[in-house]
Amino acid sequence: MKILTANRLTDGIAVWYADGGWAETVGQADLAHDKAAEDRLEAIGAKAYADNEVVDVNLIDAEVVDGVVEPVRLREKIRAAGPTIRGDLGKQAERAA
Amino acid sequence: MYRYDEFDHDFVQARVAEFSDQVQRRLSGEISEDQFRPLRLMNGVYLQLHAYMLRIAVPYGTLNGKQLRMLGHIARKYDKGYGHFTTRQNIQFNWPALSDIPAILADLASVEMHAIQTSGNCIRNVTADHFAGAAADEVADPRPYAEILRQWSSVHPEFSFLPRKFKIAVTGAERDRAAIQTHDIGLHLKKNADGELGFAVYIGGGQGRTPMVARKIRDFLPEADLLSYCTAILRVYNLYGRRDNKYKARIKILVHETGVEEITRQVEAEWQELKDAELKLPDADIRAIQAYFAPPALTDRPEGDQAVKLARLDSKGFSDWLDQNVVTHHHPDYAAVTISLKGIGEVPGDASDSQMEAVADIAEKYAFDELRVSHEQNLILPHVARADLKAVYDALVDIGLATANSNLISDIISCPGLDYCALATARSIPIAQEISQRFASLERQREIGELKLKISGCINACGHHHVGHIGILGVEKKGSELYQVTLGGSADENTSVGEIIGRGFSSDEITDAIEQIVETYLGLRLNPQEKFIDAYRRVGPAPFKEALYAGETKAA
Ligand code: HEM
Ligand code: SF4
Repeated sequence: MKILTANRLTDGIAVWYADGGWAETVGQADLAHDKAAEDRLEAIGAKAYADNEVVDVNLIDAEVVDGVVEPVRLREKIRAAGPTIRGDLGKQAERAA
Repeated sequence: MYRYDEFDHDFVQARVAEFSDQVQRRLSGEISEDQFRPLRLMNGVYLQLHAYMLRIAVPYGTLNGKQLRMLGHIARKYDKGYGHFTTRQNIQFNWPALSDIPAILADLASVEMHAIQTSGNCIRNVTADHFAGAAADEVADPRPYAEILRQWSSVHPEFSFLPRKFKIAVTGAERDRAAIQTHDIGLHLKKNADGELGFAVYIGGGQGRTPMVARKIRDFLPEADLLSYCTAILRVYNLYGRRDNKYKARIKILVHETGVEEITRQVEAEWQELKDAELKLPDADIRAIQAYFAPPALTDRPEGDQAVKLARLDSKGFSDWLDQNVVTHHHPDYAAVTISLKGIGEVPGDASDSQMEAVADIAEKYAFDELRVSHEQNLILPHVARADLKAVYDALVDIGLATANSNLISDIISCPGLDYCALATARSIPIAQEISQRFASLERQREIGELKLKISGCINACGHHHVGHIGILGVEKKGSELYQVTLGGSADENTSVGEIIGRGFSSDEITDAIEQIVETYLGLRLNPQEKFIDAYRRVGPAPFKEALYAGETKAA
């Protein structure tokens, strides 16, 4: 399964495509289960890049754990949570608050 | 300390205005990311995993209190309350919004700072010995020459689009604390038999995926010829350096592929054309720049000896710190102090906003308003009267920056790694923290003695792992982090590249492996004076391999 991720142009914050917009957390990201859905996400990403909403657009591997979307690779898990050495910063901190 | 002249002010202000305009046009969608990326990189703005990153130049690592206080202000106002001092004597902020960067650059310009040429294929911030101007063993302060190089290389039209980035380092002492042999050009300031100043010139050092030790191409270059000779080197590189392959584009590859004799011949030939022309430095110009770096008026403070003696008796913490973090100054009543940014279990090189402000206060009060950033990711107070050392120590204790571990195993260089960096293959900071905690006991660290441990989170080697006595490189293997260990590297006047000792270790195993290496060293050293690196050079890798892997080969 794949999801679409990028960084927001204005502040560089990591975002994921979910429900017609760019969410600041990964949990509800739109999942692509097949090639057609991947192409659709890719096209959305290309358009958002061209429209100067986001930069560094990527389709990444994801899985569903307890009903929540999670990236597969460590790099993407860290992007989704924040630095592992600073639990007080990034998405993980906002989630805890 | 160097002060901007009118030209510098106008230049930096013009750049702030220009880049602010470029940011506005990017935010409004007038220019695309492809158009903007090279512009932002020329101004130190990267995109990392979580956000943008801003790299700010600290020329030759020299700062004053006002500047450090401004960095603290930026950390608090625009970032998340901290910054990361780097091996290139710069500082990086990890969370700035693109839309705030014009304001940050304006704040920096107000204290004569900027982010120009901290990225891109140009001549980067010139680095220098962090004890420059204070060291008892230097022939002269190397920073005036670094400043001359800065002025010459800033937006140099011929050298702004080189095949790849270009890094220059200078030292003024035999004992190299600036790692000059790991740079594209390394300059060793020295005196010839007639007492004249000049440089031994090294080229082609570098780290990254193909580490190489620089080669000496000239034993003595008169100081007046600094710019003409560097121009000759850069011309040869600019002409013949490979642009077809990014991984072969550094001058080290050119030196390697061309051969040092031939490239020396080419440089010398080019130099013949240049040496007696307008790049020759007039003596008056060199002296004028030197005047900016004149040491502060250090009045005699002979009471220091007695004060230090008494304070030692009073406080074991102070005594340990004195032994480890305080070094000899050229003035006998003064000392140079290393402020460790390597508290046990802390993130190497990170400092909080309030720590930066407090250190700025200390520098103003006790250190003639001078500070340095070291390439080992610490801060330095270059001129402190011995009589004031206890007061400085107490002030550092108050802000948690009095760890007495300079040059010991917990004084680790670590790059940001996968916790921040978009290029990383593994985390480096948590490994540094775990090793630091394992060796937390200062007594044990001092028993081990000088040991330089350096960690990078990918093959780009920003954490200098190739030249660590113990180097750790984090890679990704089958989706997990794996740590390769190299031994025997060093970045001083006897620079060497470490050798990979064997198979890598998982994140659960790596700290044990490091401990095993250290125990092996303790077991085989001839006496406590034989340092890790000397022992390794004497015995080679075999005993360490045996200790780490013997069990496995028998089992296999
Ligand atoms: C966080 C963003 C960073 C990025 C994207 C980055 C990128 C790179 C790359 C691509 C190289 C290899 C260059 C080559 O081999 O041609 C490199 C080398 C290097 N970087 Fe970084 N780096 C980053 C952070 C840092 C930091 C935080 C430091 C200091 C702690 C640093 C210091 C160095 C040094 C000393 C080298 C080796 C110089 C050489 O190759 O000769 N970098 N970096
Ligand atoms: S060594 Fe690799 S992981 Fe570390 S900062 Fe450099 S590019 Fe990033």
